[in-house]
Amino acid sequence: MIKELTCINCPLGCSLRAEVEIVDGNPVVTSVTGNTCPRGEAYAKKELTHPTRIITSTVRVHGGRLAAVPVKTASDIPKEKIFDVMEVLRGIDVNAPVHLGDVVVENVAGTGVAIVATRTVE
Amino acid sequence: MKTSVVIVGGGPAGLAAAVSCYDAGVKDILILERDNCLGGILNQCIHNGFGLHTFKEELTGPEYAARYVAMAAEREIPYKLNTMVLNIEPQADGTKLVTAVNTEGLMEITAEAVVLAMGCRERPRGALNIPGFRPAGIYSAGTAQRFVNIDGVMPGKRVVILGSGDIGLIMARRMTLEGAKVLAVAELMPYSGGLKRNIVQCLNDYDIPLKLSTTVTKIHGQKHLTGVTLQKVDERRRPIPGTEEYYDCDTLLLSCGLLPENELSSQAGVQLSPVTSGPVVTSSLETSVPGVFACGNVLHVHDLVDYVSAEASTAGKHAAEYVCNPDHTEARKLRLRTEGGARYTVPVYAEPEKMEPQLKVYFRVGDVYKNAVLTVSALLPDGERKELSRKKKNVMAPGEMEQVFLKKDDLLPLPAGSEIIVKVEGNA
Repeated sequence: MIKELTCINCPLGCSLRAEVEIVDGNPVVTSVTGNTCPRGEAYAKKELTHPTRIITSTVRVHGGRLAAVPVKTASDIPKEKIFDVMEVLRGIDVNAPVHLGDVVVENVAGTGVAIVATRTVE
Repeated sequence: MKTSVVIVGGGPAGLAAAVSCYDAGVKDILILERDNCLGGILNQCIHNGFGLHTFKEELTGPEYAARYVAMAAEREIPYKLNTMVLNIEPQADGTKLVTAVNTEGLMEITAEAVVLAMGCRERPRGALNIPGFRPAGIYSAGTAQRFVNIDGVMPGKRVVILGSGDIGLIMARRMTLEGAKVLAVAELMPYSGGLKRNIVQCLNDYDIPLKLSTTVTKIHGQKHLTGVTLQKVDERRRPIPGTEEYYDCDTLLLSCGLLPENELSSQAGVQLSPVTSGPVVTSSLETSVPGVFACGNVLHVHDLVDYVSAEASTAGKHAAEYVCNPDHTEARKLRLRTEGGARYTVPVYAEPEKMEPQLKVYFRVGDVYKNAVLTVSALLPDGERKELSRKKKNVMAPGEMEQVFLKKDDLLPLPAGSEIIVKVEGNA
């Protein structure tokens, strides 16, 4: 089975063609073409078997120069966990100062991935 | 006050220009920034995908900005925040008089060179001719982005987005993540104005419909927005009667294009391109006013901040060269022209004697072209055409900035009066 998809790793947005075979009931990507870098191949393999995303959002800050600090998942998380992660972030408050790279939440929504601040708010 | 180089704007372009100018040996620099912090619009672009070219890793906007703020800080490059530049006036002796204002009052700075790095702003409702009332609840996508990401407040709960520019797509996802219902993204053109990756990860991921060849033809609600009417348009972009669809919503976001912010450039007498609305520049990114350089979104709207940084580094370096080299005699210029699908090029002039071994030329196409062929040729004064390069591309779209390289060795032997033709052909 041939699947066509657009790589989301960078703004080039390469058009990928992936060949997928079902082995023991699970999809297995056997070849990827159209990518200009190794990220494209990795993306197609993940996207067609177990899609993941990096999630970015904000968390409320008390006593800082700004009302909110931007945050991200330190690495990609399973796509189906996105709204669970957002639910956790809605319940979080932090106190200033927060520094770029600070861990705001560890193991968010059971993903094993931390939420880190992406800006310093003093 | 006197300084070698004034940089107008402390966003990604201004910071990269300042760093490269410093590294090229001119350390007497002043960055003037109107906001209360450096980094520009990147501070509210909290999504990731920045920096793959520049830093070989994927960063969010604030992280990318922080890298350049740190580079400027390491070099102790001075800057003034909350400072608005009011005027730039070329003087008879070749210097530029920069007038700016902040809470300390009015200041006049005499600079040898100026780098324009003011960025762009969003096309407002007033420029779109949407009929109907003027209720609250209608914002540009970037304004909503600031509300949500900086101020931590949501502008509404049921959202329609007009225009499929990248900021609109990014905000469709952002508002959805924060609990709003994004009903549709309507796009007047038959193709998206944003990057393909944003259609995938911002709309498809969240089942948000993209309605092409569709626009808003009515605004409902007097005090606050209560709904909008979407209507299909024909190939001449006229609404088709009978295709009206009512959407019950409290928020309409506009993501209908970005306009380079060139009031200061015009006041300084800088020639602007009617296509990009940005300055006409040479391969040194020098405008029609000697010693005034331009880079980033004030020059032309970019898709990638990485390209802005690269371009700004070039501008900063040439500003430093201008300051270091008191001989300002004009270099030989070859004009770049476009044919077929290419709408414009940046730069508009190549200076073979002054340029680097390779010159990156940015351009955009005016329509979607499939099986496109991109050719660059030299048109000699006697009418002869000499092909310099040829490249095939599967798809070229207006939403994606394209680039092509010119080689110094190809341009040096061309006689004066030759032109460089950048041409795109294909199935529109």
